[in-house]
Amino acid sequence: MSMTFVEKLLSNYAGEKNVVPGQIVTVHPDHLLTHDNTAAIIKKIEPELKKYGVFSKSLPIIVLDHVIPAASEKTSTNHKVIREFVKTHNIENFFDVGIGVCHQVVIEKGLGLPGKLLLGSDSHTCSYGAVGAFSSGIDRTEAASLMLTGETWLKVPDSIKIMLNGILKFGVYAKDVVLHIVGDISASGANYCSVEYHGDIDQFSIADRFTIANMGIEMGAKNSVFFVDAVTEIFLDSIGVSSSSYNPIFPDRDASYLQELEYDLSEIVPMIACPHTVDNVKPVAEISGLEIQQCLIGTCTNGRLSDLKVVADILKGKQVNSNVRLLILPASKDILEKALKAGIIETLIKSGGVLLPPGCGPCLGAHQGILAPGERCLSTANRNFKGRMGCKDAEIYLASPATVAASAIYGKIIDPREVMK
Amino acid sequence: MNVWRYGDNINTDMLFPGKYTYTCSTREEIKPHLLEDLDSTFSKNVKEGDIIFAGKNFGCGSSREQPVVGLKAVGIRAVVAESFARIFYRAAINQGLLLIECPQAVEAYSKGDDIELIADTGKIIVGGKPFSFPKLPKEIIAIRDAGGLLAYTRSKLKKR
Ligand code: SF4
Repeated sequence: MSMTFVEKLLSNYAGEKNVVPGQIVTVHPDHLLTHDNTAAIIKKIEPELKKYGVFSKSLPIIVLDHVIPAASEKTSTNHKVIREFVKTHNIENFFDVGIGVCHQVVIEKGLGLPGKLLLGSDSHTCSYGAVGAFSSGIDRTEAASLMLTGETWLKVPDSIKIMLNGILKFGVYAKDVVLHIVGDISASGANYCSVEYHGDIDQFSIADRFTIANMGIEMGAKNSVFFVDAVTEIFLDSIGVSSSSYNPIFPDRDASYLQELEYDLSEIVPMIACPHTVDNVKPVAEISGLEIQQCLIGTCTNGRLSDLKVVADILKGKQVNSNVRLLILPASKDILEKALKAGIIETLIKSGGVLLPPGCGPCLGAHQGILAPGERCLSTANRNFKGRMGCKDAEIYLASPATVAASAIYGKIIDPREVMK
Repeated sequence: MNVWRYGDNINTDMLFPGKYTYTCSTREEIKPHLLEDLDSTFSKNVKEGDIIFAGKNFGCGSSREQPVVGLKAVGIRAVVAESFARIFYRAAINQGLLLIECPQAVEAYSKGDDIELIADTGKIIVGGKPFSFPKLPKEIIAIRDAGGLLAYTRSKLKKR
């Protein structure tokens, strides 16, 4: 029987010869990701943890990233409770404040690998499809249950095949591609589905694939995935993971899909998501000239070294507009170190950028860079929901790092190709 | 019983603003902020047994479970929508909040209509017109009947 990626992977994990969409299977994930919300998760199961302990000390991956450094007594107490939990239960994969955004850390540390199954109590857990893993978000209660039992149920999803054909033009990036797709199929266009990317994929680095897989949830997908190729192998090798330690999974040629979509990459232009939904997408040129007060470069969507480099290349020798605050948020300590070495951070600071510690920062509106009523922010993040950056009367626009950098110089939204030419 | 009517893509930030995610987790802490940025009258006026009608993709966005915990805590009997986002859907199963995916019922509803819900047989009557919605799979009914996921997990652990 021909199977899609997700059908093959879930049949492996369910110990069945084959599975079909709609079927419910019981699985034991390789890892369970939790972050600052670990405090609330373990609180739900205190007596059970005392009695039965954690299912396995290698199952959890815990990263402190959402509100770091702690912004209040409450958040610092949460962090403290989590550190104590990690010690008591000898949790193997713990990353304290400053190591990075959880999803970046999972990939960087080689915990998300081809053919593996990861669940996480964070909606952007779908990011690890960048390296050929199945990964998906769950809620806190389910994370608590998994901590104790190591197992949960999953419904085998239908699959959508997206063909990306042709080569991206100058000034157009992976972020523009994924914004274009979300705009086209809508915020619920891939609801409950596994999204597979096929076609001319070798032009996309792991960082690019990460950006695209990361925003799978913004089209409603359960997971999104790129298949292992030379780019994946070289990346994994660079972080010290040998190809003998994973088993890539590929869909069968004649697997059946709920939907097949095709995009001509050479036709895609710089895109922007306008308030207050991620699928309210337009070409950047259409809203050119709109004034902005804050710019954010970073987050799990676009805080990688290649993103910071694009921004530094645009800002080099120039100044950020005096009406704009430009916030720089590297996705991890590792990226920050590399950007420091390459002189990228120096360029960004000299141009007027403000450096924030590797973490989620202003992305979720809990601290750092909260917007004021009436303000407009242009960000490389993945969500522009009303109130997302802490103020319901502010506006958030989402675009590529190049678009944000170019616009920061002018204090107005501008197509980056006007600046880069 | 009141019916609350909302549109498409009601996301988790509208249901419970992200800025409170790491400071509010108990039912009492969550309640006053429910739907704060969407409908400021909701948390003041919602009553036990009320129903929400909404459009497509209800609950999209973050994995935070406060929206579900909160809606359950204030006594929402069911959310009837054209479709739901999947993490929200799972969270509702885990907390025992009834979600009904039934676009026809949503379309049929107009303000003031009487609503009758017979959950066990998968039937909802909107302004006199009956609609049926699919029953849950047995694996999920087991979680619901145990009183939610944690109760279900506890009973499984005891049997080990
Ligand atoms: S950077 Fe933003 S989207 Fe990514 S995990 Fe953090 S809060 Fe979520």
